[in-house]
Amino acid sequence: MTVRRITVVGASLAGLRAAETLRDRGFDGALTLIGDEPHRPYDRPPLSKQVLQGTWEPEQTFFRRKDGYDPLGLDMRLGVRAASVDLRARRVTLADDTHIDYDRLIIATGARVRTLPGIAPRPGLLTLRSLDDALALREALTRATRVAIVGAGFIGLEVAASCRARGVAVTAIESLPVPLAPIVGPTLGGLIAAMHRDHGVDLRTGVTVADVYGGSRVEGVALSDGSRVDADLVVVGIGVVPNTEWLDGSGLTLDDGIVCDASCEAAPGVYAAGDVARVANAWYGGSPRIEHWTNAVEQGVHAAKNALTGAQPGTSFSSVPYFWSDQYDRKIQFIGRARPHDEVVVVDGTLAERRLTALFRRGDRVVACLAVNQPQALIKYRRLLAGHASWDAALSGVASQ
Amino acid sequence: MKVIVDMGLCDLHGLCVEAAPEVFEIGHDGVLRVLTETPQEDLRAKVDKAVRECPTGAITIHE
Repeated sequence: MTVRRITVVGASLAGLRAAETLRDRGFDGALTLIGDEPHRPYDRPPLSKQVLQGTWEPEQTFFRRKDGYDPLGLDMRLGVRAASVDLRARRVTLADDTHIDYDRLIIATGARVRTLPGIAPRPGLLTLRSLDDALALREALTRATRVAIVGAGFIGLEVAASCRARGVAVTAIESLPVPLAPIVGPTLGGLIAAMHRDHGVDLRTGVTVADVYGGSRVEGVALSDGSRVDADLVVVGIGVVPNTEWLDGSGLTLDDGIVCDASCEAAPGVYAAGDVARVANAWYGGSPRIEHWTNAVEQGVHAAKNALTGAQPGTSFSSVPYFWSDQYDRKIQFIGRARPHDEVVVVDGTLAERRLTALFRRGDRVVACLAVNQPQALIKYRRLLAGHASWDAALSGVASQ
Repeated sequence: MKVIVDMGLCDLHGLCVEAAPEVFEIGHDGVLRVLTETPQEDLRAKVDKAVRECPTGAITIHE
């Protein structure tokens, strides 16, 4: 079947990279990009840092200037949500009841923030996911003196660092005994926690939020240990859930994301990429849903290529997860997949100076690498990890054969 | 093609080095270097990948 019409749902990083790849590969048919936000595609990592701290304006987060879309020849529909898809008719219906027929569909609808169960929304209770969220939080921070952050994951901690940079007092509340321990292990989670405490963050661990108090607007949070934290603002950063509700009943397999094969294909002619997708990943094993920036790029490109060529036997996807986080004057970079009981060995630098490279060992394999202010280490270990290097090979810095 | 890196934007993620080691390098001093500003045309796919994957959009290609 000739592919004449491709629709990309999600004006996101994954969606944009998919559209760009289609054009790069010579697709000259009708290409529609649908986004539920009013903004053209923008970059999320700066939201919790440059935007919140006030050093960047929204324009600096946009991937392309307005006229930068002319060469792509897109039918860009912004500010309208995709409401449903009919796989048999190959038709997407938008929330404004318009229809778009496609030959290939690429879904990159991302994820949205998880909210505190049982807590009603009210002024002063905020989250951070979108550009509008970031601008609302930034505006609120100009009037706030005390912020409570619920969830000391990467988003919560980046918000904490940005609040401190603005001179706002921060209490961060984390249910785990050590923040980030499931991702980077307890030793390095402890290092990151200490860094925040040194910057004046009141970090409360092993407690959860029992209630948010305050009437017309928030006045603080009540914790599970009976204590209360007064705050002008409460920022909730407790993870995200994939945006798949619009696909309920479509026939796609939905299970904490859209389940895809190694070509990003979820059903004949339907592909998914980015935060919403679970793609079979040979390096990782299984079909993980990965919420990282580079994953969105890789899958956006991979989905687009496969949408053009159709299913090719033996198509594989093998990607080592990579993410980074900027907090205060530290850049934390992580590649691989660690588990809490992996052995952690600092191979360069020290915990004390908070400048180090650490490797994670499971059995006789190196499975992950974390670097703090040592970016050159990532180059070396990225290659070793991609090749499933042995522990000894990683230590000696020589790729396994 | 001519490869330009905005060093003010470069954040040393190193994905360009992975995509096109013939063109990009991060030295032991932790500084990104463009090894050849005008790479041969057969490296275009690799350089395109480096541009696409750069988290800070620091790399541009000028024809």
